[in-house]
Amino acid sequence: MKLHNRSLIYLSLAFLFIIGIWSVVFYINLKDEIRDSIDDGLENSRLLILQKVKTDTTLLLQNQFGGNNFEIHPISKEKAHKFKDIYKDTLMHRANDEDLEPVRMLHSAFEHQDNYYQMNIISSLIEEDDLIEDSFWSLFWLFIILVASVIIVNNVVLRKVWTPFYDILNRLKTFRLDKEEGVIRTATKTTEFLQLQEASNALIRHSKEAYDSQKQFTENASHELQTPIAIITNKLELLLESENLQEKEANTIAEVINMADRLKRLNTSLLLLAKIENKQFIDEEKVSINSIANGLLENYRELADFKHIEIDVVERNDLGVDMNASLAETLISNLVANAIFHNKKNGRISIQITDKEFSISNTGPAAALNPQTIFHRFVKDQTNSNSTGLGLAICMAICKSYEISLDYSFKAKEHSFTIDFKNNIQSV
Amino acid sequence: MLFPIVSIIETYFCEMKILIVEDEIELREILEASLLKEKYVVESAADYNSALEKISMYDYDCILLDIMIPNGSGLDILEKLKKMDKSDNVIIISAKNSLDDKITGLALGADDYLTKPFHIAELNARIKAVLRRKDLSGKNFIEVGNTVFDIQERTLFVDGINIHLNRKEFDILNYFLLNKNRLVTKTALAERVWGDHIDQADNYDFIYYQIKNLRKKLEDSNSDILIETIYGVGYKLSER
Repeated sequence: MKLHNRSLIYLSLAFLFIIGIWSVVFYINLKDEIRDSIDDGLENSRLLILQKVKTDTTLLLQNQFGGNNFEIHPISKEKAHKFKDIYKDTLMHRANDEDLEPVRMLHSAFEHQDNYYQMNIISSLIEEDDLIEDSFWSLFWLFIILVASVIIVNNVVLRKVWTPFYDILNRLKTFRLDKEEGVIRTATKTTEFLQLQEASNALIRHSKEAYDSQKQFTENASHELQTPIAIITNKLELLLESENLQEKEANTIAEVINMADRLKRLNTSLLLLAKIENKQFIDEEKVSINSIANGLLENYRELADFKHIEIDVVERNDLGVDMNASLAETLISNLVANAIFHNKKNGRISIQITDKEFSISNTGPAAALNPQTIFHRFVKDQTNSNSTGLGLAICMAICKSYEISLDYSFKAKEHSFTIDFKNNIQSV
Repeated sequence: MLFPIVSIIETYFCEMKILIVEDEIELREILEASLLKEKYVVESAADYNSALEKISMYDYDCILLDIMIPNGSGLDILEKLKKMDKSDNVIIISAKNSLDDKITGLALGADDYLTKPFHIAELNARIKAVLRRKDLSGKNFIEVGNTVFDIQERTLFVDGINIHLNRKEFDILNYFLLNKNRLVTKTALAERVWGDHIDQADNYDFIYYQIKNLRKKLEDSNSDILIETIYGVGYKLSER
């Protein structure tokens, strides 16, 4: 939900609440005010009637309201002494209306020539439901007008006020560590937005520094480790060429060379993993998975033939993806190499390429691999000492960096890996 | 002599001057030792200044250039060489497998980029490629006794008879010939012929199978080329 709409909802609720409370208070006050003024009027009428009674005693015979607004009944002296003036609301039949009408009535007692009388004076009240209805509608329209003006203010004014915020947001959204981008500069004088801009720039600077130093470390680590490995390998290779070497010694040297090669593989694989995870492979291009797969199969043909592995390729479609070419090659190569190296003699590999998927399945170990750990680092086939245990971890890292899925399954005694490129299909 | 010019080239190779710019003393000594076995004239420089001095005073047929050297960058040296129009025989040897450096280096005219650690056989092959490109504009032949190997046409002739080789057999033989009389380990061969990813293979037995086929073809045609197995760790090509 957008900020505009959210604030609109809260404001509307607040208006509803405030106007609700306010209208109750207003209504009660209004009613009190009306009563007060009516009561004053009744009191005034009483005084006028009392004055009139002194000159016109016929008024004392007025014992029904009739056309007047008062009635007078004689009462006993005791009752008259106990009498106090009472104002009260009551209902009466009026001539112009069939229903009972609300009236304000003043009960009062007075003495005239030693006779005691009770006098009731009435004054018609405003109809309460009419009042409520009228107030309700006026408040309703007030509410609508308020909400409407909030919408207008939001859309026109706030949108303008929040522009710097959305500018900064868009810059942050499209920000990529591996791209050289300048600092965020938005034209604003609002303190909060300036602070946000400053904080974003600081965050970007820190991330960039961390990224750069990581990159630097990766390269330095590579340099520092590769050189000693190079010296070991090359020295031993030269040593192997020396004359008078015993077969046994030569084999030992060869074993050490193999270990150094393994060390080199581990090092380069770890560096590759780090580079993929740092997203240091930037250049993307249109890559054909079909031609990569076919090239690899051609390249590994001798290995497959040597193990008498039958390879079956079904290309239903051309699978073109937007990827870094060397990563695409590494991804497919690791899977194809796995399928060959972990296969058994007289085994089988089948590859299927559709317009979205690349899948490869192979015969091999009789039991399913653990799909939870298979893509973890250093999870490896114990029977193959040459494996670094990083091949599938690298595949997974590549897939993760491109947000494509890589799944393992074990069906009909075949291990199968499927890459779903649907997030990476080039837009034609 | 079937192709007299070839033997001239072979002897010419022997007088080739090679400069090694590498600060790591151990590695420099190994490279020197290995290149001397190839009968090259070898000089070396350990830092930026001595390298600069050497390249401005002498001409080299091939320069092995490390990028990270004391007092400067190998790329600066490359730039100087480019200005002197002498950068086309440079092989960058760097521990940094950095794409940027590779692109910069090749843009500055370097011939090749080799990432440490490398196999000696691979370095030999790359140097030979540079020397051959430098001194031969036409066809390339390698002759061993009665056998002529045409790199350009990818053909093999024994006593004038064409022997058919498949692609991998050709690549293997080519690599052995570039490392004539030198040990080529199975790993180096596998990486060269089958690519970097081959190192995941559980064993290199399939290479033995390929070599067996190649040997059979050479023996059947009475070629003077001999491929020996060295202690089960590698092979050596020599002339019978």
